Amino acid sequence: MERVPILKIGDILLVSIQVDMSDQTAIQLQEDLAERIVATGCHGVIIDITALDIVDSFVGRMLSTIASISKVLDAETVVVGMRPAVAITLVELGLSLNGIRTALNVERGMELIAASRSDEWDEADVDEDAETTATS
Amino acid sequence: MTAGVDLGVPATQAIRSDEDVVRVRQLVRTTAVAVKLSLVDQTKLVTAASELARNTLIYGGGGTAEVVTVEDGRRRGVRIVFADGGPGIPDLDQAFTDGFTTGGGLGLGLSGARRLVDDFDIWTAVGEGTRITVTKWSR
Repeated sequence: MERVPILKIGDILLVSIQVDMSDQTAIQLQEDLAERIVATGCHGVIIDITALDIVDSFVGRMLSTIASISKVLDAETVVVGMRPAVAITLVELGLSLNGIRTALNVERGMELIAASRSDEWDEADVDEDAETTATS
Repeated sequence: MTAGVDLGVPATQAIRSDEDVVRVRQLVRTTAVAVKLSLVDQTKLVTAASELARNTLIYGGGGTAEVVTVEDGRRRGVRIVFADGGPGIPDLDQAFTDGFTTGGGLGLGLSGARRLVDDFDIWTAVGEGTRITVTKWSR
């Protein structure tokens, strides 16, 4: 069975799927990613599907599951690089990819993750300020 | 319904494992490119084939996919026959309902695959097996 490599770039794990995955390979990727998120403490996961010529219901479900797992582990998932023909087919198949954030390419995906992390920091700051005001 | 004339020798791929589902996708892709289906139609057909091959493996206990190019005088197409000797489908209406599944999946396999192809034909008998024929035509 082939294994999909996971690269760490700064605070982000990058997965670029380059093979036609068997269902077992997809399940393995799910498990490998969960382990790497915990081991590295990364807060972002980018899954690049530029090379995938189809996304069927199994792979679609895998993407949703990865997004949910990483959310629980305090990481944000963005799926990038979906081909137009794949998007058209997904919609017709009836797959809505619930809970998955998408971006056109890796660069935009990284921006999206950075932006959502800084939003969280801003909120944390506001909370702290509020507390300071309350106690003073 | 299935119209048109078979062209050439069909290629048959056994479906006994996960890797065979990948091989079915590749065989269908090669054939779809050969009859010059558009990129979107290739993608739809390969996706439908992936769903149906997985069904053949999981629900039918394995079987075969036979891929052949067809022609009806005006256009060419790709026809795939998925056959298994599994338990058959007792309630077809239920099996075609979006979201219905007995296998823990999303329940989009059969209904989704039917939406992605031009012709869809199913034969099933409880205790005997299931045979699904799909065709995608060039435009």
